Amino acid sequence: MSQEREAGRVVSMLGKQSLELKNPVFIKASASVVGSKEGQGPLGELFDMVGQDDMFGCDSWEEAESSLQKDAVYLAMGKAGLKKEEIRYLFAGDLLGQSIASSFGLAGYGIPLVGLYGACSTCGLSLSMGAMAIHAGYAEHVVCVTSSHFASAEKEFRYPLGYGNQRPLSATWTVTGSGAFVLSNSKEEKARARITGITTGRIMDYGLKDSMNMGPCMAPAACDTIYNHLRDFGRKPSDYDKIITGDLGSVGQHALLDLLREKEIDIAGQHMDCGIEIYDAKEQDTHAGGSGCGCSAVTLSAYILKKIEEGVWKRVLFVPTGALLSKTSFNEGQSVPGIAHGLVLETV
Amino acid sequence: MDEQIKQEYQEYVKEVTPTHNLWMQMGKAFLTGGIICVLGQVILNYSTNTLGLEKETASGWCSLLLILSSILLTGLNLYPSIVKFGGAGALVPITGFANSVAAPAIEFKKEGQVFGIGCKIFTIAGPVILFGIFTSWILGLVYWIYQSIGVA
Repeated sequence: MSQEREAGRVVSMLGKQSLELKNPVFIKASASVVGSKEGQGPLGELFDMVGQDDMFGCDSWEEAESSLQKDAVYLAMGKAGLKKEEIRYLFAGDLLGQSIASSFGLAGYGIPLVGLYGACSTCGLSLSMGAMAIHAGYAEHVVCVTSSHFASAEKEFRYPLGYGNQRPLSATWTVTGSGAFVLSNSKEEKARARITGITTGRIMDYGLKDSMNMGPCMAPAACDTIYNHLRDFGRKPSDYDKIITGDLGSVGQHALLDLLREKEIDIAGQHMDCGIEIYDAKEQDTHAGGSGCGCSAVTLSAYILKKIEEGVWKRVLFVPTGALLSKTSFNEGQSVPGIAHGLVLETV
Repeated sequence: MDEQIKQEYQEYVKEVTPTHNLWMQMGKAFLTGGIICVLGQVILNYSTNTLGLEKETASGWCSLLLILSSILLTGLNLYPSIVKFGGAGALVPITGFANSVAAPAIEFKKEGQVFGIGCKIFTIAGPVILFGIFTSWILGLVYWIYQSIGVA
């Protein structure tokens, strides 16, 4: 106890899976880089950089995704007014095998790297890890970055792009984009938001096997995380201006609201899904919505943090969701388990 | 976790998941497949009647031209849109097969001539080729047995 006081740091572990961050952890700056389709979407005006060509001047889709991460980190550090030498850790991840988009995109920075994989929930995972490091006093500034690319994800998980097939109405469209966030222990002049709580998710598996309908595969995980979060913090949905999931899409949103209603929690008034916001499903023919690590990351950077910064939303529960499958596990007949990580974001 | 809860959830998901209208899809597939077949017939008629080719030579040219146009349309990124509209109507004819070979070749070219194109060109068409050849072998065997015992 005396040691804790000496360091002036207090951690509150709440319930079984939550942390209340009492020491300051700020999102000092952030940046979003997206592809052309996202640029044409409803949030198009808000992104920092929109590529006209989804190859981003590279030779392959994988390299293009790497360049997304590289650019997002560069922009975020620039906005924070920090040099790469001042960043203690990078917390990064993507959807490709062995996270090559992060490895090749971030190699040039020479910043100590923690590589992460949480499927499409990686944005929440990296922010949680970054916030914990800052809160514990292990770093003054860290950068959290995640990315996804439509074409590299199709290649990794589905078919070659030129192959003709019919996507089911429940399928989601992988977002081409990368979001980077500079976390800091002091706000100095300005900060976009403060991270005040973390609820790390558990793997939930209801035995669904359809990789073309991932929303409902992840909805039980989002439900579990939101439910435990509210219980751990002793809060009600109305304590939040928004409860925002990552990429459940329209089918998953339906399932999440119903699952929570069974537990007698109604979040219909607060709920928003990044995957539903990022595209105009009718106009852009994306079916159930957007998905991928980039989906929640760029929406957080461009849209959610903007609303928090402006004070429109005072407190938000941000819950990126991930489907933990690989092409091999899918072909071997395994189910698609889900995971969701929660973060409480508040106005500074 | 309770198996029954899982089961109930799976049934619930089946209920709330939207699906394409089957009759509409069948109509579109009929139209698309029909157009491709009419195209084939036009080539066939032209080469036999006007160019005076043998029927077998003409059907060879017909397949070749359909495959060529499918591969060109794949290269121009137009074939996926045709399949999106026509579904199996565009996938089942020989043009769909050509698309399933050309698409991986384009996609995996970056991984090299041998390990990219060479290894992965048949990732989609592979099963059709393998089981197609296997089935024809079995049928051949059956035919041979029938002939040996003097049925056929």
